[in-house]
Amino acid sequence: MNIKGKAWNYGDNINTDFMLPGKYLELTDPKELAKHAMEGIDPTFAKKLENGDIIVGGKNMGLGSSREHAPLALKYSGVGAVVAESFARIFYRNAFNVGLAAIECPGISRKAKTGDDIEIDTTAGILTVNGEKLKIKPLPEFMVQLLNEGGLVPYLRIHMREW
Amino acid sequence: MSLTVSQKIIAEHSGLKSVEPGDIIKAKIDIAMAPDLTAVLAYNAMVEMGVKQVWDKSKVVFLNDHIAPATNVQNATLHKQCREIAKVEGFTFFYDINVGVCHQVLPERGHVWPGMILVGADSHTCTHGAFGAFATGVGSTDMGAVLATGKLWFKVPETIRVEVNGVLPEWVAPKDVVLKTAGELGADGATYMAIEFGGETIRSMSIAGRMTLCNMAVEMGGKTGIVEPDRVTDAFLKDRVRNKYKIIKSDSSAEYVKKLEIDASALVPQIACPHAVDNVKPVTEVAGTKVDQVFIGSCTNGRLEDLEAAAKILRGKRISRDVRLMVTPSSFEVYDAANAKGIIKTLMDAGGVVCNPSCGACFGGNNGVIAPGEVSLSTSNRNFRGRQGSTEGFVYLCSPATTAASALSGVISDPREVK
Repeated sequence: MNIKGKAWNYGDNINTDFMLPGKYLELTDPKELAKHAMEGIDPTFAKKLENGDIIVGGKNMGLGSSREHAPLALKYSGVGAVVAESFARIFYRNAFNVGLAAIECPGISRKAKTGDDIEIDTTAGILTVNGEKLKIKPLPEFMVQLLNEGGLVPYLRIHMREW
Repeated sequence: MSLTVSQKIIAEHSGLKSVEPGDIIKAKIDIAMAPDLTAVLAYNAMVEMGVKQVWDKSKVVFLNDHIAPATNVQNATLHKQCREIAKVEGFTFFYDINVGVCHQVLPERGHVWPGMILVGADSHTCTHGAFGAFATGVGSTDMGAVLATGKLWFKVPETIRVEVNGVLPEWVAPKDVVLKTAGELGADGATYMAIEFGGETIRSMSIAGRMTLCNMAVEMGGKTGIVEPDRVTDAFLKDRVRNKYKIIKSDSSAEYVKKLEIDASALVPQIACPHAVDNVKPVTEVAGTKVDQVFIGSCTNGRLEDLEAAAKILRGKRISRDVRLMVTPSSFEVYDAANAKGIIKTLMDAGGVVCNPSCGACFGGNNGVIAPGEVSLSTSNRNFRGRQGSTEGFVYLCSPATTAASALSGVISDPREVK
């Protein structure tokens, strides 16, 4: 899978309250959630973002609440992938479950500035930023399949019997 | 082979003799819990998966608790949808706005026991490790898969052992133990791991205190917190759990990825400063900081002994006129018991506002949000920027005793110094 977009670097410890503040948890329509993506740390993000752009973070990306509203808001606002040094557990699972790629890439938070072009080749395990190639952590086969099939809902629609 | 309690529970639920950290397994789920804000998403995910009914209507628990009662049409609609799903599906258990906060209600109503696997569509589901259960928070789609099948995949976690020995000094509480732990391990120090709390301090600690410890495992990135079950556990569950359960403990030679030792007798009141849960200091280092709102409640610290600790400090006194004291008991059972003991009256007489059980104040939902520039001193579990209202506010986390002492003086205060 190939993902290309401009970087938005927000640094370490980007929590799910930043991605989608608690006051919007009552929303269930992903398109409505998308309007508030990253509002807790960058209120104009949803307006500035272009389709396919990539959120870059440092360590412990997505810490905090189990709210799936967070990766949903990112996905439906047009975010192509989230790349970080490391991820918190629940956000990581949730991202794949909604079909949003969460990529661990050591060094990314120092190499990619906001506005830089990023290209990710998940098959080759390479991320290119400003012409420099960085290794990404290989994804377990099951996670790759989840992404390819669009998340856990479409996956289970096909594979319910094997579950 | 030597195993931790978490490994044993996971192995048993996945039909395996033994599991190693890092193994990916599929486990059977004993109880699946979802609160108002995530339940409808989870149920919709199940329906979209092509499944018409939950796998077992006696094993699914929905609650309306996060914003309760409803504060606007949108969350009123969510509540209504939860009620309708529970009715149409014929759930054996559904708890509406008059029961309490999910992590308090589940054990009170007998849905938690040692050796079980419990998943909840709320990150603080790790609280239930206090009963020797393997309990973890999941997102809505994972919960949808559980509702559909009763199973979920897990990566078997490594375990960090936190060994606490010694007697806690007066006015030093389980919250101070877990804040100390968070300061030592860091906000990502236990990512994907189980945190097992043990030692003589834990063995003599109440269920309420153990719940406070396990509750905050996720704040260190943990998959679950866990305490090996014992007589304290049995005594709490005796009249609540109807099914039989097995007491499962770690082998004495079980392997831990890390061990942390805490001397309880040397511990002083701790506080997590803005805007990170691991920005932990002794209270004395920030004493004197002006406070606007004090919040006693949440799934971390809204139990009877928490309210009692606050009442002990506030009895016969009046809080500072520059402070708002917000109290939300964790459940109606707690509320009722606190009322019977005169604790509610004490807190009200001191100038406190006692709200109905709900999660609202912890995450900026309802029951007391803060304005720009305001400082909140809170017994809850997260102090992210913007967590309790304004992104220009400041949230500190501490014990009920520290909040009560600070409500009196209007500035952050050490509870050991209240006269």
